Amino acid sequence: MNRLKMWLVTALLAAAPMLAYAEGIEGGPKQATNWSAIGMFIGFVCLTLCITYWAARQTKSAAQFYSAGGGITGFQNGIAIAGDYMSAASFLGISGLVYLSGYDGLIYSVGFLVGWPVVTFLIAEPLRNLGKFTFADVASFRLGQTETRILAALGSLVTVAFYLIAQMVGAGKLIQILFGLDYWMAVVIVGVLMIIYVTFGGMLATTWVQIIKAVLLLSGASFMAFAVLLHFGFSLEAMFSTAVQAHPKHLAIMAPGTLVSNPVSAISLGLALIFGTAGLPHILMRFFTVSDAKAARKSVFVATGLIGYFYILTFIIGFGAITLVMTNPAFIDTATHAIKGGSNMAAIHLANAVGGNLFLGFISAVAFATILAVVSGLALAGASAISHDLFATVIRKGRVDEQAEMRVSKIATVCLGVLAIILGIVFENQNVAFMVGLAFCIAASCNFPVLLLSIYWRGLTTRGALIGGLLGLSSAVIMVILSPAVWEQTIGHAKGTAPFPYENPALFSMTIAFVGIWLFSKMDNSARAKIDRDGFDAQFVRCQTGIGATGASAH
Amino acid sequence: MAAQGYEAIQRNPKYQELVRTRSAFGWTLTIITLVIYLGFILLIGYAPKFLGIPMGSSVMTLGLPIGLFVIVSAFVLVGIYVRRANSTYDSLTRAIVEESR
Repeated sequence: MNRLKMWLVTALLAAAPMLAYAEGIEGGPKQATNWSAIGMFIGFVCLTLCITYWAARQTKSAAQFYSAGGGITGFQNGIAIAGDYMSAASFLGISGLVYLSGYDGLIYSVGFLVGWPVVTFLIAEPLRNLGKFTFADVASFRLGQTETRILAALGSLVTVAFYLIAQMVGAGKLIQILFGLDYWMAVVIVGVLMIIYVTFGGMLATTWVQIIKAVLLLSGASFMAFAVLLHFGFSLEAMFSTAVQAHPKHLAIMAPGTLVSNPVSAISLGLALIFGTAGLPHILMRFFTVSDAKAARKSVFVATGLIGYFYILTFIIGFGAITLVMTNPAFIDTATHAIKGGSNMAAIHLANAVGGNLFLGFISAVAFATILAVVSGLALAGASAISHDLFATVIRKGRVDEQAEMRVSKIATVCLGVLAIILGIVFENQNVAFMVGLAFCIAASCNFPVLLLSIYWRGLTTRGALIGGLLGLSSAVIMVILSPAVWEQTIGHAKGTAPFPYENPALFSMTIAFVGIWLFSKMDNSARAKIDRDGFDAQFVRCQTGIGATGASAH
Repeated sequence: MAAQGYEAIQRNPKYQELVRTRSAFGWTLTIITLVIYLGFILLIGYAPKFLGIPMGSSVMTLGLPIGLFVIVSAFVLVGIYVRRANSTYDSLTRAIVEESR
């Protein structure tokens, strides 16, 4: 482990001189070196590395590594959930969407929020009562371990991969404009820091990185929204009418527009967002860090409040950017008349417009911190799927000592980090909010149906879960590949040739998953199916009462 | 941990009450959430012009308060559930756990 630590530190130090010599030669927007931004970012990194060092000293057991020993309070976990969920894609992507098309941005943010009530009412408490480290613990509670774990790990890893790509792209774009640094270098820095946080500090370090980030992001976004409102004398009317005049689409930005082109697309996207939230492995994992179901419930309440408040802020920030960024030649590319750095940079430019260079530095550092907090949660969830579900349960059949399992999860984290860096570079030119939509669709079509039915439906069998879950997962991925976003915009086929016409396939892939699970469970007359169904009552009693649930671990 | 098996707990009337009331409440709130949200989505899909109706002489449209309502309703519904769970369900659960020892 020490060798690994030295290697990582060396790699980070080796990157430092490159930072100094890097020049924004290529197409990307050149920016003067912003020392306040760099200083604040380095401050954040130092603080989080200290926390990681402190967390590493406490993280000796698997329970501490995966779930911080269940010792996080409900309130802390609520902030951490918000920190885990409010991704750079939400902050930069949604304010960018609002900047581009106004009201349409709200469709995404409302969808991202409405998943939380569903998590509260149906998932949070059963999850805490039945599981230990990953949501696969719950799904496989009474089902065949091997099959269910493989399915859940697959669903987790695919979701994590898509989500990670979006985060890495956001990181690269952000640092490019902030430091005048090459895209790939920013991606490498994020990947390396993520590996350090997770391998050394586990869930405890990840939690505190997320808490600090959430506080910083909410403060920064609050200040920006406040500054925008102040600029218009707290008159929403003044802000919106200025935006309507400034925006080339004029009044159209005050109503739903072209983002959602037809009702099927709209419903499909909505289902992906609402049920995807309840199937995101890095979010579900957070519920194991608190001591009991009551704390789990409190965490979602706190998180829902913070996230809802945050999305209201992003809407104001997006409109603020229309009024203050779109009209300012300093932020607009003279050749193309488009915003410098792309629409994802709307919030960043607005920070400069309302708070000057120092605040630009702060928001840039916060956005970078946001990415680090989210990718750390993702890496931890992905690594847990590999080590806890695949290695410990599937390969070793549960006969494995904790240290070996932790070692595997750390190796998995390093591999995921490297993979994330590579994918981040490959997917440089995708809209980040849109990429996140894909991750939600897969979570809603594989993880969520299996998890929900394992908790509430007696008739679910191992075979049904496996086949239905795989159908949901594969149909989601296939339809995404055949959709316009990938078929036309990524692969490069002619416009209008995409075999699957809708932007988000969740309506279809979720239906396929649920029908598949139901059908193959009903048809299942195997001996295993009898065990699966007979196990439901005992599971349901524990689910409802928490009797037998894993408590906060003793140190 | 529980001294009794799960069968005994299943026969406990308090357990049956807990399961019945919480399930009914949880699913009801879920359906309310879905109705509000899918209603909003259907408006976007089928009646985008309705959301674009200006409020009086303002540039602000009906879509703004409706969108805000959807966001606030999510928080309020979670709050209603947590409040009910903290008072009713937790005490029922405690009683069931006590009686199972």
